[in-house]
Amino acid sequence: MRVPLSWLREYVDLPEGLTGRELAERLIPAGFEVETVHESGAGLTGPLVVGQVLEIEELTGFKKPIRYCQVQVGPEPADVRGIVCGARNFAVGDKIVAALPGAVLPGDFKIAARSTYDHVSDGMICSARELGLGEDHSGIIVLPTDVQVGADAIELLGIRDAVLDIAVTTDRGYCLSMRGMAREAAIVYGRTLRDPALLDVPAPTQGGYPVVLADPLGCDRFVARAVRGIDPLATSPLWLQRRIQLAGMRPISLIVDITNYVMLEIGQPLHAYDLGRLTGTITVRRAEAGEKLTTLDDAERALDPDDLLITDESGPIGLAGVMGGASTEVHAGTVDVLIEAAHFDPGSISRTARRHKLQSEASRRFERSVDPNAAAAAAQRAVDLLVLLGYGTAAPEVTVASTRPHAAAPIVIDAGLPGRVAGLAYPRETVVRRLQEVGCTVEGADRLSVTPPSWRPDLTDPNDLAEEVIRLEGYDRIPMRLPVAPRGRGLTLRQRLHRRVGHALADAGYVEVLNYPFVGDAEFDAMGVPADDARRDALALVNPISDEQPYLRTTLLPGLFATLRRNVGRGMTDVALFETGLVYQPRPGASAPPRLSVAHRPSDEELAVLEAALPDQPRHVAAVLTGARENAGWWGAGREATWADAVEAARTVAAACNAELTVDQAQYEPWHPGRCAVLSLDERIVGYAGELHPKVLEALGLPPRTCAMELNLDVLVPASEVPVTAELVSGFPLASVDVALVVSQEVPAADVESALVAGAGPLLEAIRLFDVYEGERIEQGTKSLAFALRLRAQDRTLKADEVAAVREAAVASATRHTGAVLRG
Amino acid sequence: MSAPNKSFDPVEVEALKPEAVERALDEALAALAAAADLGALHEAEIAHAKDRSPLALANREIGALPPAAKAEAGKRVGQARAAVARAVAERRTVLEAERDARVLVEESVDVTLPWDRAPRGGRHPLTTLAERVGEVFSALGWEVTEGPEVEAEWMNFDALNISRDHPARSPQDTFFVRTPGVDPNDPTHTERDSLILRTQTSPVQIRTMLKRQPPLHMVCIGRTFRTDALDATHTPVFNQIEGLVVDEGIGMADLKGTLDHFVKAMFGAGLATRLRPNYFPFTEPSAELDLQCFVCHGASVGDPDHPCRTCSSEGWIELGGCGVVNPRVLVSAGIDPERYSGFAFGIGLERTLMFRHGIADMHDIVEGDIRFTLPFGVEI
Repeated sequence: MRVPLSWLREYVDLPEGLTGRELAERLIPAGFEVETVHESGAGLTGPLVVGQVLEIEELTGFKKPIRYCQVQVGPEPADVRGIVCGARNFAVGDKIVAALPGAVLPGDFKIAARSTYDHVSDGMICSARELGLGEDHSGIIVLPTDVQVGADAIELLGIRDAVLDIAVTTDRGYCLSMRGMAREAAIVYGRTLRDPALLDVPAPTQGGYPVVLADPLGCDRFVARAVRGIDPLATSPLWLQRRIQLAGMRPISLIVDITNYVMLEIGQPLHAYDLGRLTGTITVRRAEAGEKLTTLDDAERALDPDDLLITDESGPIGLAGVMGGASTEVHAGTVDVLIEAAHFDPGSISRTARRHKLQSEASRRFERSVDPNAAAAAAQRAVDLLVLLGYGTAAPEVTVASTRPHAAAPIVIDAGLPGRVAGLAYPRETVVRRLQEVGCTVEGADRLSVTPPSWRPDLTDPNDLAEEVIRLEGYDRIPMRLPVAPRGRGLTLRQRLHRRVGHALADAGYVEVLNYPFVGDAEFDAMGVPADDARRDALALVNPISDEQPYLRTTLLPGLFATLRRNVGRGMTDVALFETGLVYQPRPGASAPPRLSVAHRPSDEELAVLEAALPDQPRHVAAVLTGARENAGWWGAGREATWADAVEAARTVAAACNAELTVDQAQYEPWHPGRCAVLSLDERIVGYAGELHPKVLEALGLPPRTCAMELNLDVLVPASEVPVTAELVSGFPLASVDVALVVSQEVPAADVESALVAGAGPLLEAIRLFDVYEGERIEQGTKSLAFALRLRAQDRTLKADEVAAVREAAVASATRHTGAVLRG
Repeated sequence: MSAPNKSFDPVEVEALKPEAVERALDEALAALAAAADLGALHEAEIAHAKDRSPLALANREIGALPPAAKAEAGKRVGQARAAVARAVAERRTVLEAERDARVLVEESVDVTLPWDRAPRGGRHPLTTLAERVGEVFSALGWEVTEGPEVEAEWMNFDALNISRDHPARSPQDTFFVRTPGVDPNDPTHTERDSLILRTQTSPVQIRTMLKRQPPLHMVCIGRTFRTDALDATHTPVFNQIEGLVVDEGIGMADLKGTLDHFVKAMFGAGLATRLRPNYFPFTEPSAELDLQCFVCHGASVGDPDHPCRTCSSEGWIELGGCGVVNPRVLVSAGIDPERYSGFAFGIGLERTLMFRHGIADMHDIVEGDIRFTLPFGVEI
């Protein structure tokens, strides 16, 4: 809402000399977000006066026709000046705006007497643009005939003004009007409001234009007034145009300007029909299937049965409260009009405006509720202006169709409530006075019975009333107090674990990224994910940011791939990234969530149904890496990232959760079929790691040998919950023994190791694979695995024969399980 | 021998004469002092202090002296030998120190050589900031909570007093998940709700209240989603810091105190905060939280010659919304509004990060360029 200070002063006696910024400083704490304060005419100083053209001498011989005018600029006969002017839209006798020497126009344009076109020009005749009044530069301003020659034009044209652009919150529909903002300004400055809606309004009569309200909830009030015999040549006076402009709208024609002016003033959107184009009874009803309407903007609109319509006997003539129809529009020749001032259901207007993507000044107000009791006054104000400025005649009949009286129910509150809500005690008198200031009727002593005014349908609950008192008393007066919470338990295990995982990966050289969770088929295709893979069973968005990515991720990898590609594309060659975040897995057979009540807590059964409708949303962690894992440098060679780094990243995550993963060979997209590890915990798959499939890398445009891992963190959380039991640390000496075993190449090292562990028994303290050999010195198709075993007893020094027996048992177990042969 | 010794070797006796001993001592000390390194010292030691040295040889002659002379000669030679031994030890200490210093000098390296063998990692500043925020509230005894990102409409809207016709509830603002039998563009004609991506972290409040009765002190820091296009200040996927306290006798004063504490923890002391009345369906009264501009401290207001980019010369920065929990929300969540009241606030994590660390463009936060992330390290 744009509020010109000069207009506001019409309803409130604001302090003399008050600036727009000062007013803004007072309105902001009362809940009005002043986005800008525009000081119009700030760069203009006089003398700027009303002049009358006495004589025009047409000068020829120049590139363009030029006029040398004698202009009367003051009351005395001597106050005549010769002024050169290039415009042609005026005649002798016209009154114009003259800037006299000494004046400064916007843009630091200093006016002085100067020689031009062989004449001395003793001032300037001004256009609207030269005065900062608008963009019109097609000619100079021609003033109405009734203005006084010599009068100060700055004052006359309202050039100096401040306009506050206020972002009105959705609950305060009444402030989308000068009436509402004037009320707030009056409260803030403790002045009396001259309410523009307090008009003498004639009582409803019989015989007015017939109106039927067929949808009593959609439209419960409809005032119709006719004005006949309007002069089609009558135009909006300057002050009216100026106010409409300052308020951010465009002057169009007298009739339209008047309806807009009254809407800006009182907040009631009006519609003017060309009375001659109406056909019979007006009915307000819902649309029927298949109905169409061409609106004022010449768009033909297919109507929805939920749309509220104004119709006459010819069919739809307007989208109620949103936009009028073309067929009954006022036009240049209109002489008889019917003014509509109606009250519509906010929800219905909002749905229709949204459905047709038609946000109008009217719908914006109806959506936020309009004072139902101001309809008659607004219609009266429009009628008065049409009579005054358009020379029309008001029809004596007054149609008021109404389905129900608007009487707000009183809200009973304890006088101490505002103080309790704020944490600051207000005297009872303060509470009562503030509520009365906003327009409420207040009765009672300690228990207050408060009836909100008709323009405040937002006041329905005790806390709404508390807010009015608190905001007007000032939020800044509320003290500060830190509430005391019961002793807490700190972060949950899960939260601590997520932090540890993030730190562990960062410490291991990975950089955290946070990707959008949107994916598309192309990414699954590039990853080689089969059509029947569970990852393709993703939730889809109705309104995705991009149609290419309509799904919610079921894996973190696509996002990481894209971010890796971006980094590589920007010149980074060695990149290791990780992300932790939710993935979304629809539950098979889940139905839509139920619509639950808000009047009470839903039952546990209802909530269980709601929960069952949600997808599983486990937290995953994933990493990708490419390029050097260790840099080359003055110390020697570097090392490229390999599948083993990806598996190690998974182990790093697991270690941060106190879990140890079992690693097995696997084949799973998008990994290299021979370089993919499946990672599990207690037989449950946690995730995969390894080098990516070359075809996938090619399809994704990623460097060769890029590696990745992804784990379900939620599976690891329970492992972290098991407390570690301390080992008994033996003080007896260590016995070390190495074994080299030759096995077939396909036998996983992990199998050999676990067979050794099983065979070695309790004396085995630790085991470590320290070498793998494949080559000429052993049979082709085999590999040699060298293990170091550390043996120790809890209660004695191990004897040589005991050590030999353990080694033998371990090897025998490996032979039995994996066919391993002791390397000779 | 009882008779006076008249048969001693005059030469050998010569060696024990004071002049001879003194000469031997002087020669020894000179040789030791001249030893330039430990090797030379070793040789000088053999020549002047060991068994074959003149003083050692002289010592052997003492037995040949008459008894009366023995004591004096013994004392003379003994003192000289002790002086030599002392000189050897002193010279060794000096030479060893010299050698040690030289070796360490020789072993010195260029410690400015880079060691970027294992590239460093880092955490995203949004994550570390979220953790930091969590700690601020955890230290107050608050619970740090989490909840699902794909939500039911009831949790995200209805329970928070956001009516079915509210503009935020349309596909223009909210991401709707395709839900069988539900058309989000036409909610009037269906009986079930949609799944949506939560537009705020407030459903986590509702979930907490549904589970437990007050006192409740919780903060939720999590991902939220709105259909904004990515630009310098907006992103469709962003994070909120949301706080909720429900207890007996809670009012706006508690909200102000809490926000003040939070802002000081995040931005340091000395910056004013203000609450400006605003409207949200889920709080009543509601307020906007403004933080005094920490760049210009308000000096840029009305001073076109010194504009402030951080606050657009408004002097204040909007941090988020807050207010007293609307009693209707308590009712939906099963909490008695006659007995309990609460406050809630929601602050943008990205905004906080941008202000706190001078980040001009949201793209940097979103894109995952490691050049942006790495300088933040692992703590913020």
